Amino acid sequence: MIQSAAHPTGAHAAITSNLFGLFLWVTGFFFLLVLVFLGWAIWRKDRGAVRDRALRLTVTSWIGMITLGLFGLTIASYFADRSLAFAGAGKTPLRMRVTAHQWWWEVEYLDRDQSKAVTTANEIRLPLGRPVQILLASDDVIHSLWIPNLAGKQDLIPGRSTDLQLLPRQVGHFRAQCAEFCGLQHAHMALDVIVESPDQFATWWAKSIQPAPAPATPEQKRGFDLVMTRQCAGCHAINGTPAYGTVGPDLSRVAHRATLAAGEMPNSRAWLERWVRDPQSAKPGNQMPKIPMKPDELHAVSAYLETLQ
Amino acid sequence: MSRVDGPDFTGDALHAALTETWSDAPGLWGWITTVDHKRVGRRYIATAFVFLALAGVLALIMRVQLARPESGLISADRYNQIFSMHGTTMMFLFAVPVMQAMAVYLIPLMMGTRQIAFPRLNAFSYWIYLFGGVFLWIAFVLNIGPEAGWFSYVPLAGPEYSPGKRTDVWAQMITFTEVAALAGAVELITTILKQRAAGMSLNRIPLFAWSILVTSFMVIFAMPAVMLASSFLIADRLVGTQFYNPAEGGDALLWQHLFWFFGHPEVYIIFIPAVGFVSQITETFSRREVFGYPVMVLSAVSIGLLAFGLWVHHMFATGLPRIGYSFFTAASMMIALPGGVQIFCWIATIWSGRPRWETPLLWVVSFIITFVMGGLTGVMVASVPLDLQLHDSYFVVAHFHYVLIGGAVFPLLGAVTYWFPKFTGRMMAEPLGKWNVLLSFIGFHLTFFPMHITGILGMPRRVYTYPAGMGWDTLNLVSTIGAFVFAASIVLFLFNVAISLRGGRAAGDNPWDAASLEWKTSSPPPPYNFDHIPVVESRTPLWDETRPVIPGLRTEVRELLVTTAIDAIPDVRDASPSPNGWPFIAAILLTIGFIGSIFTPWAVVWGALLMAPPLILWFWPHDPLEVKPEHSDE
Amino acid sequence: MRSFPAATIVLLLASAALGSCQREARETRDAPLPFSQQTLATTTTVMAGGGAAGAPDPRVAHYEKNAWHVSEGQRLYEQFNCVECHAHGGGGIGVPLMDDEWIYGSSSPQIVATIMQGRPNGMPSYRNLLTEEQMWQIAAYVRSLSGHVPKDVPPSRADDLASGPPITLQKPEPVRNSNRESGSR
Repeated sequence: MIQSAAHPTGAHAAITSNLFGLFLWVTGFFFLLVLVFLGWAIWRKDRGAVRDRALRLTVTSWIGMITLGLFGLTIASYFADRSLAFAGAGKTPLRMRVTAHQWWWEVEYLDRDQSKAVTTANEIRLPLGRPVQILLASDDVIHSLWIPNLAGKQDLIPGRSTDLQLLPRQVGHFRAQCAEFCGLQHAHMALDVIVESPDQFATWWAKSIQPAPAPATPEQKRGFDLVMTRQCAGCHAINGTPAYGTVGPDLSRVAHRATLAAGEMPNSRAWLERWVRDPQSAKPGNQMPKIPMKPDELHAVSAYLETLQ
Repeated sequence: MSRVDGPDFTGDALHAALTETWSDAPGLWGWITTVDHKRVGRRYIATAFVFLALAGVLALIMRVQLARPESGLISADRYNQIFSMHGTTMMFLFAVPVMQAMAVYLIPLMMGTRQIAFPRLNAFSYWIYLFGGVFLWIAFVLNIGPEAGWFSYVPLAGPEYSPGKRTDVWAQMITFTEVAALAGAVELITTILKQRAAGMSLNRIPLFAWSILVTSFMVIFAMPAVMLASSFLIADRLVGTQFYNPAEGGDALLWQHLFWFFGHPEVYIIFIPAVGFVSQITETFSRREVFGYPVMVLSAVSIGLLAFGLWVHHMFATGLPRIGYSFFTAASMMIALPGGVQIFCWIATIWSGRPRWETPLLWVVSFIITFVMGGLTGVMVASVPLDLQLHDSYFVVAHFHYVLIGGAVFPLLGAVTYWFPKFTGRMMAEPLGKWNVLLSFIGFHLTFFPMHITGILGMPRRVYTYPAGMGWDTLNLVSTIGAFVFAASIVLFLFNVAISLRGGRAAGDNPWDAASLEWKTSSPPPPYNFDHIPVVESRTPLWDETRPVIPGLRTEVRELLVTTAIDAIPDVRDASPSPNGWPFIAAILLTIGFIGSIFTPWAVVWGALLMAPPLILWFWPHDPLEVKPEHSDE
Repeated sequence: MRSFPAATIVLLLASAALGSCQREARETRDAPLPFSQQTLATTTTVMAGGGAAGAPDPRVAHYEKNAWHVSEGQRLYEQFNCVECHAHGGGGIGVPLMDDEWIYGSSSPQIVATIMQGRPNGMPSYRNLLTEEQMWQIAAYVRSLSGHVPKDVPPSRADDLASGPPITLQKPEPVRNSNRESGSR
């Protein structure tokens, strides 16, 4: 299950999952008591004199039991809170910033050396076993970043700073989704979370700070020209090229991503062409306009974009 | 010369005189100008059920869309409007109004008085509610329905991200319904505290009356918060104020605090009257007084108080300081205690009584099972770590439907079945009622139980579609099937109401052999409620040996008895207003002003000027002791 | 009273028959509209006010009376950095957009031509940065800054630093065509 709180693969989600188990047992026990008492009340045969004194004693012990139960669950919750706060303490976290837009995710990997910072979109890659601190911001409305396999969610609120801690414990490909209603395409605002070995992650990072490869074939060159001179470069950025728009997702490694359009469709040349040809049919209301393009122009553009691995 | 009711003026002659004094004008004019709380209450209940049906249809549309992944049946825009309308209609146009409506009908009867306090305000409250609800739905049909959810978070609902007038319609509808709710609350508190039967001290009033008393105080403290929030929103959208604009010193979270300060008490405003229904039904059908009356009262009061200390549990994911969250976790856990105590008391009443397993009591059983489940999932989401996973997922959708449908709708349907004979003089079909309980129980759990699982498996809320292969497909399909079963049970209920209205078995004054005062008078009650004002010596007056009354109210004018607040010692006689057209006219003019103020700020000015004449004429003073008799012997 | 629920439903269905409101449609799937040669011909940089207005264009109402299009125009105005020169209508490096002075024409087609072609003294051409529909949206928004769009359509403000009166309270500025071609004031 790639988007499930019931299948924790990170430290935070595991703590929460264990807490849920405790709550389920305790509340289940109380529910059973209620059912037993109700069943007895329904099927009781000998109904003699009203025994209010016995009932008064019982209700007092019931109040005591509930109080103890709630107290215990509250304390357990506080302890879980502490564990969550201290998970991953002691190690230097990987620092990231995620900025939410309607309806895509801007993802930045921070580094004290600005030339080593990486900007990407709709994908979070994480090295196994290293704590992560994600600073959260929003460009427009309130969104919420929820990676159920790894941790609980945090809202991204314009004008406020929040952050999310993660500590992945298993490699794998997971899915995250916006969990705060943010408008027309809230349902289609997901992102891929890929946990890989530290070496693979380092390789990925090193390649991400390189300029994008130059186009090789004539079709790719034509595609490159179209991307730079048509409306594409006005909104998108590609490392090492004249495209440095910040309105839309960074495309430097778009072909390397697992999905397109914030988790909406698989990433292949055919899907890419479908998206570029008419973004509004796939995701009505999203901010990428339909750009008039002849079929051969579209093929050239997709040929170039496919080189952005 | 005035004649008072008494031992020498009773029976048919008294009925004739009182009927003449207390009835309405005939025909449409009488229908518009009535101030009889029973007539207003009945139409209030019927209107609320119409909104239930409309919002229910929207729910079915949503479930059809979500039955399959990537369904494409309904566009994103339409779906967002549909779920916003579903929530808004259910919360503002059905759940709170129907509870107040039942109270408006029943409380004066339960208190043993002839009329509700402030009857013209009561009529006005209905008209404003109706006009607000119709306004919202006409807007929806014209594609101007709200699209930002029933909770309308900013900045999404603000001027930049919600173009057009959709959100303004939502925000102004709030104002309509909150005016109606506040009016209702004021009347109910006054009736309960000052217009009781002689001797009905506060520790003898029915538990339903306690519920309504607590609920009405909650309404008075909670509604202003949402009115303020929605007024700020309208101002931001209409005239560019900066309340919710962080760039200019406003705060997006201000909305959430104001809204949830109202929003959390709101759900208890819906739940506590239902608690009152359950108490009355349990008492009657167990044939004993509810066990633990003082504890039940304390529980209701403490829920009412605690409800105001929980609101931040809706904001656990917003990054507020953790130590503040801990307080709200503790408070949210604590409120389970009075709830649990009430559950015990009801079961104990059944256990120690001699239960009659008729439909209303079966609804109570269905309520106990379902509501306790919902309350326990509530304990789960009260914990911050758990809530951070479960918030804004289908788990929460399951939780609140369990507590709202289980905790409020099931008792409501039981209450309608229970009091139907009193409202109409006929019984609802009994075997049909039993099947109804079973069908709704099955349909409800089939719909909403799977949502606990889909939520834990990662499905967020408020999504118009979802991808295939996430493990959610079958669960959603089951929920959709369940939704249709549950809808069928609601249709069955309405069908039962319809056939019983026409051909139900005739009911006497007290077909259930209940203990509270509304069962003392005929079914349906006459316009003046009681021949003579009762005297009450216990919590279960109709189960007492004697049924004393206190005579002395004039019969040729509309007069009622005002008693002291705590001990219900007769205090003064007060006049009650006659039928009056000003509430209706004032409501129409206020509606025009409210709708205008969505389009121009000047509407506030001319709207107020428009309201001045009807209000002046409504409140034109006259000496109440010299109330012009309808008929004089001179 | 029993017929009341039926009356409500009839009322709602009747309202449906009236059709939905033009202001409120979210037209996300519009096909891009071809920019007519005729419109281009009437907007020139030489004549004061940009020349004759030309035939009335049905696209004008389509964009100017629709709240979603004007709102998209507001978004694009910020995202494509019109603010850098024009501020939020008050101008700076570029001319103010919320006053009564129009050098190259105040109608939507004329504003679209300005955005598409660029103008002397610093207004760049956005032909290759924006689609035509986006230009119409921005034009509708720009017209709202001087109060030329029906009051119930535009947003009152942006979620940004306040930079002038709310658009919804903006009185319509009369149009004064100017032949001043200098961008500075």
